[in-house]
Amino acid sequence: MSRIGVFVCWCGENIARTVDVVQVAEASLQFPGVKHAAHYKYMCSEPGQSLIRDKILADRLDGIVVASCSPHMHLKTFRGAAQAAGLNPYLVEIANIREHCSWVHQDKAKATAKAIDLVRMAVAKVRRNNALQAIKVPVTKRALIIGAGVAGIQAALDIADAGYEVVLVEREPSVGGKMAGLSETFPTMDCSQCILTPRMVDVGQHPRIKLYTCAEVESVDGYVGNFKATIRQKARFVDIKKCTGCGECWNACPQKKIASEFDYGMGNRRAIYIPFPQAVPARPAIDKQACLKLKKGVCGICAKKCAAGAINYADQDQLLEEPIGAIIVATGYQLYQISAQQPTAELSGYGEYGYGQYKDVIDALQFERLVSASGPTGGVIQRPSDGKEPKHVVFISCVGSRDNAKGISYCSKICCMYTAKHTMLYKHKVHDGQAHVFYMDIRSGGKNYDEFVRRAIEQDHARYYRGRVSKITEENGKLIVRGADTLAGTPVTIEADLVVLASAMRPATGSDDLARKLRIGYDQNGFLSESHPKLRPVETNSAGILICGACHAPKDIPESVAQASAAAGKVLVMFSHKEMQRDPEIAKINESTCSACFACVRTCPYQAAEKADVRDRAGNLVKRTARINQGLCMGCGTCVAVCPSKSADLEGFSDQQIYAMVESLL
Amino acid sequence: MTDIGYYPGCALQGSSNDYERSVRATLQALQVQLQELDDWICCGASAAHTINHKLSVALPARNLALAEQQGCAQLLAPCPMCSMELIKAGKALADSPALRQEMSDIVELPVTGRTQVLNLIQIFQQIGLPALKAAVKQPLEGVSVACYYGCLLTRPSALLAFDDCEQPVSMETILTALGAKTVAWNFKTECCGAGMTMANEETVLNLSHKILSNAAAHGANCIVVACPMCHVNLDMKQAAIEQRHGVRHDLEIFYLSDLIGLALGLDRQTLGIDRHFVVKNGNSACRL
Repeated sequence: MSRIGVFVCWCGENIARTVDVVQVAEASLQFPGVKHAAHYKYMCSEPGQSLIRDKILADRLDGIVVASCSPHMHLKTFRGAAQAAGLNPYLVEIANIREHCSWVHQDKAKATAKAIDLVRMAVAKVRRNNALQAIKVPVTKRALIIGAGVAGIQAALDIADAGYEVVLVEREPSVGGKMAGLSETFPTMDCSQCILTPRMVDVGQHPRIKLYTCAEVESVDGYVGNFKATIRQKARFVDIKKCTGCGECWNACPQKKIASEFDYGMGNRRAIYIPFPQAVPARPAIDKQACLKLKKGVCGICAKKCAAGAINYADQDQLLEEPIGAIIVATGYQLYQISAQQPTAELSGYGEYGYGQYKDVIDALQFERLVSASGPTGGVIQRPSDGKEPKHVVFISCVGSRDNAKGISYCSKICCMYTAKHTMLYKHKVHDGQAHVFYMDIRSGGKNYDEFVRRAIEQDHARYYRGRVSKITEENGKLIVRGADTLAGTPVTIEADLVVLASAMRPATGSDDLARKLRIGYDQNGFLSESHPKLRPVETNSAGILICGACHAPKDIPESVAQASAAAGKVLVMFSHKEMQRDPEIAKINESTCSACFACVRTCPYQAAEKADVRDRAGNLVKRTARINQGLCMGCGTCVAVCPSKSADLEGFSDQQIYAMVESLL
Repeated sequence: MTDIGYYPGCALQGSSNDYERSVRATLQALQVQLQELDDWICCGASAAHTINHKLSVALPARNLALAEQQGCAQLLAPCPMCSMELIKAGKALADSPALRQEMSDIVELPVTGRTQVLNLIQIFQQIGLPALKAAVKQPLEGVSVACYYGCLLTRPSALLAFDDCEQPVSMETILTALGAKTVAWNFKTECCGAGMTMANEETVLNLSHKILSNAAAHGANCIVVACPMCHVNLDMKQAAIEQRHGVRHDLEIFYLSDLIGLALGLDRQTLGIDRHFVVKNGNSACRL
């Protein structure tokens, strides 16, 4: 005889507005096995939880049903309450009468009837629940961080400083990411390199950070606490242990006109190069697409110049394995391509802006290099076409962003701020110059942000026009920018010397491939998905894998750094335990009925079903059977569905429980 | 011989019959047989959709119904106003069973919107550069042409994916293959004034003057169009533009089919070029 308690939550108005909670509680008392039923305004609050605890103790309840929100939201909360009252947490069931009922229905009578049905099913199920014990697994206390921009660097330093090892993987030859190429940063105008490069050095020298550059994650196996990462160390053709970074090689390289990725094509590099002087590691790499020795077998000057003998033209990619307990993804962003050519059919470009056609139409990251002291012009603002100082510069915001017609509906969030910054940097260098900004809205929420934009307008006299630019053409060395000033209600034509386009932020190339390798979610724009937008903002739906920085959504430096520290904090929480507890709601095999057909072994997506031998005491083989690896099983139930002899079953979701739920409805 | 349905529209059998002559002659030379739609009616043009939305769908819907009835899988509409109205209606019909039913009732013919409507550029794209190149008898040497698309040819961009709406290059691609030099210029998709030529000629004289000036400034010795309205404003009005602005443009305005036809060895009379207002013979800048 069961003694089940039913607790119906109002969720304030969320449930009670559409579902008659009193009626649900009263109806529950009629279900077989129900000993007690109650309702309360906020069951998840402390008084609500204490109501549950008290009733478990007072009525010696042996199972409870909470009719409330989604189990994703509060199953953990109510399991905790049950455990505090001495009830096994796996004897708690949720009837989701919010997302599955009150939020999606209007008719109160029908919604109430449905809520009663949902509770009836949950009661039928909980009566057949088994008390389960959490599975304990060991934790490898090493973190893998993918991407070494400012977010990855922050997370790596936080974890390493806390005393744990970090494996930091970066696909470029240096750490630093996009931030290393920025000029000055809003709203304080700190020099980007001045605040970042010390941290890059820390990463390079930290005894607990193992840094891989020119490397990518090839695959990840295993499960939370016990991942095995395979890293592809791409051929760099330079042995960075032998190399001293003296620079003889790149100064001698005859391939001088290779467009520099770090300068976004605004400057040149050699075929053997370090991306920028402050690179970490300060070791060159050879671009195999540009190197004459690697392409045609001629030259070889760098090897002759290298006193350390560090050049190795025969270098090959290597695959290296690293045991890992937790993973942080910090792969950052790229800019939307403005020209008509686009990487996918969902996106379309702005042919009317002439980007790629007119040399003096550049994007915002190119402008950053143009004003950066470390940039190709040494921070002197010269336009790309003829090197002249531009006297009129037009900045266009929302290029791509918030434009459904181009395939991007979101706001890139940082462009309003950096455009204001650009106008100030420009004015500080070209005193007689005039900055013009075309904008849709100015979105400058943030500490000291709106004040900053006002400063650009009021002190540095940037002219702001609320409206879009329809066309840019070139006449006699001038860019003719035609747009609208919708506040004045007039068309505007500006003869500009330089145009800077604030292009939308998109996730970095390949982040969707990486997400599939890691089995984490991403949205329609390719940004990685958090587990819960408010309460689990850096977790993913795969245990032990966290995200931070612009791979998650467009964000600025302070936000990326905060999120990186949050992700590091989550990793440290995990590493603070000797062993991890895993959810015991996983598959099990009845080895006495298993016919060893191994259909489950073939279909398990996590390689958790294994072949095993059953032996007697003398060691003789009695039979063969399938067996579930408790560390790997994710409880998906695929084996249960394919097992022809019904030997596989899922703890917490057994066939018996599911049938009981269905029967209760009939 | 390929058979393609042909919808001339009002302009090609009226004021712009030089265009029809050119289209027919050039496609004939390329082994494309045009099957004129029997009993076609007005496409609705710019008038219908300003007064009655249903009428603006029903008019092209009847033409599409005729095309289906007469077995035309593809329908060439050389006037971009016509092709746009037909394409828009076809898409709306294909997307909505309710609209198909309603329009079938109104036009008293079954219509599904499955006919593929082509404008003049698309038909040459379909013929393909290899076939065009193979048919060239007189390469367009000495021709320095500004390709002018105007407002309609590449729009609505969501329905016409054959070229980039804002920076089209399809005519350049074709003409370069035939030996012409094309100029990079700024007024490819600007407005010529279009129908304002009736209501407010001054506007047309200003807008078209800018187009002609910019083409000449970038080294063009002629302009190519694929729209009867553009041709009227740039060719027929050129004398008025010159008078109004006190300049001499003296730029020949060709239809796309004219230049292709000339490259195929057709003569000016056959193509109807002799009926243009700005006509050059023998000593023409483009030596054709």
